[in-house]
Amino acid sequence: MDAQHESLTGAQSLIRSLENVGVEVVFGIPGGAILPAYDPIFDSKKLRHILVRHEQGGGHAAEGYAQATGRVGVCMATSGPGATNLVTPIADAYMDSVPLVAITGQVPSGSIGTDAFQEADIVGITMPITKHNFLVQHADDIPRTIAEAFHLASTGRPGPVLVDLPKDVLQAQSSFSWPPVLNLPGYRPTTRPHAKQIREAAKLMASASRPVLYVGGGVLKARAAAELAALAELTGMPVVTTLMARGAFPDSHRQHLGMPGMHGTVAAVTALQKADLLVCLGARFDDRVTGKLASFAPGAAVIHADIDPAEIGKNRTADVPIVGDCRETIAELVPALRELYAAGNRADLTGWWQQVDSWRETYPLGYEEPTDGSLAPQHVITRLGQIVGPEAIYVSGVGQHQMWASQFISYENPYTWLNSGGAGTMGYSVPAAMGAKVGRPDTTVWAIDGDGCFQMTNQELVTCAIEGIPIKVAIINNGNLGMVRQWQTLFYGGRYSNTKLDSKRVPDFVKLADAMGCVGLRCESADQVDATIEKAMAVDDMPVVVDFVVGEDAMVWPMVAAGASNDDIVAARDARPVWDASDV
Amino acid sequence: MAMSRHTLSVLVEDKPGVLARVAALFSRRGFNIESLAVGPTEHPAVSRMTIVVAVEDLPLEQVTKQLNKLVNVLKIVELDPAASVQRELLLVKVKADLASRSHVLETVALFRAKVVDVAADAVTIEATGTVDKLAALLRVLEPFGIREMVQSGMVAVSRGSRSMTGAEPRLRSAS
Repeated sequence: MDAQHESLTGAQSLIRSLENVGVEVVFGIPGGAILPAYDPIFDSKKLRHILVRHEQGGGHAAEGYAQATGRVGVCMATSGPGATNLVTPIADAYMDSVPLVAITGQVPSGSIGTDAFQEADIVGITMPITKHNFLVQHADDIPRTIAEAFHLASTGRPGPVLVDLPKDVLQAQSSFSWPPVLNLPGYRPTTRPHAKQIREAAKLMASASRPVLYVGGGVLKARAAAELAALAELTGMPVVTTLMARGAFPDSHRQHLGMPGMHGTVAAVTALQKADLLVCLGARFDDRVTGKLASFAPGAAVIHADIDPAEIGKNRTADVPIVGDCRETIAELVPALRELYAAGNRADLTGWWQQVDSWRETYPLGYEEPTDGSLAPQHVITRLGQIVGPEAIYVSGVGQHQMWASQFISYENPYTWLNSGGAGTMGYSVPAAMGAKVGRPDTTVWAIDGDGCFQMTNQELVTCAIEGIPIKVAIINNGNLGMVRQWQTLFYGGRYSNTKLDSKRVPDFVKLADAMGCVGLRCESADQVDATIEKAMAVDDMPVVVDFVVGEDAMVWPMVAAGASNDDIVAARDARPVWDASDV
Repeated sequence: MAMSRHTLSVLVEDKPGVLARVAALFSRRGFNIESLAVGPTEHPAVSRMTIVVAVEDLPLEQVTKQLNKLVNVLKIVELDPAASVQRELLLVKVKADLASRSHVLETVALFRAKVVDVAADAVTIEATGTVDKLAALLRVLEPFGIREMVQSGMVAVSRGSRSMTGAEPRLRSAS
């Protein structure tokens, strides 16, 4: 071997490659096929491997880590069921464009296709839900494959990449050299926006009299919060932030109308409906935002800026398509607009703001106090956000509590709101909170989870207790699958088929937390809420679980029913906004 | 929006699983494949897939954009029927006893097809041509009795002297 090539086993080559691309943490569980890789992990000084309790937890932890830090999250599992347990978090990362590399063991090459013990065609299974995946056939290919996997996961539109490693490849001797030469001739993402498109967009923006900045998760992925703030303040336009973009623009800013979509604020939903121009930045006209596409924003021209050309024109035709990185795009729009404004080309937005403000004032977010004396979940979440503050990271599960957490907490900073948006994976919260805390250990991390979600992945609290990852969990415990129950209330005549989880405190979440090495607290009335939150905040060396026992009849409002038009938004039960003729 | 057939010529890396990736993409996005033929090109590491899709005009743009997202896809060109040569291969086994054989052979000659197998009461005919020509041949052979037929997918190449892979072996990807 010459000075630039080392003779390493495939396993050593794998770990060295991971170290060389800058991986600091891997969430995983060993097993037969991946076992050779775990030996060099034992010696690695640069790599921290966190042994999780379920591979799904490892996958979501890698996601939370990635979403909190912007770095690529890494999870590892063995072949067969270990790998298939990663399918849900991989699908989740695919839907939310999270940079993830999943490393799986595979049966020896000669056994592939023979229904061997713990064999699964994970490359085939994950083909539709990965940005790309690899089956490594020669140990010499490992450094290049790992470098390519990380490059694919983290550039262009981020996404999950899977690398499948047969056991014999891990055990074989190989020639290791670094850095490898990437061989991806079919992958050339466009990041630089076209100057002509920028000029066209600026012209439309300067002349629109009812414009809206429709901000999506792409702005956070491009790390463009500062550029967005500059653009918003320069243009004075109203801003809406989607579920994946909460925190990209401060909630307290006077130009922020809130979240659009199925459970968005009336002002945000209506502003999109009545706009004459949508400036879509890093969003994808998802069905939860648009409602019935045919009647979405009927009078609006569309500027669609996104790094993925396939999203542009997929759901809505773009009058000005701009393919490129959001940060570069927004940074170029600012001087182009300044020039137009200086030349006197600037529409007056006063009338538009009067309308928008009237919607905000007439239909603010709110909730009904429960009439049966039970604790209001919205109150719990509001107080949590107010006491804990905007510097913490909030990681939600999926359901009613997720919607309330996105509505009633004020997000002032980017990367402080983590959730599963596109896939809507129940059970995301606890493991993702674990991953976020590992990535940002000096930040307070609160998981806000439902009792249904919590029962899916709570075992990772054991990992947190043992590994010293002191997350805090607020279980919004209404004893039901709340969001499904809400739909049964509204659309199935209150026939609650299979949505009731608990009638006799089974499981007892406080006892369960204690059994898992965490501090367990319970809060059952409004006057205990503040004190319980403060008690939880006082613990910083152990995970804390708070069982907030809340009423089961609380509803998420506003709501646009699935398949309905955004014009049919319902602000509260039986309370549709009434528009008069003076609304455009 | 009218339904129409489009011929896409797709250059892909010659790696295991690429065919499965493309087919799976079409399946999950709900795009309709009429035919798909894949084979080598003049470049050793590159294969060509010729895919005939039946779509409306707007979804065709989506088909192309989604195909481009596949890491193994290098370049996609839509071949205009007027500016390309399009061919399919047909092998058809036709009943042909002593009485009808000469009529069958006449038909073969008319279509400039070939007989590639002869049995006591059947002949196997090989024909290449456009989809329309082969359809016409089949219509004429129908009355004799078609025992079996197998038709390849379409392959196509642009007219003129330019090559899709470009002058130099190093390929640029589509944007």
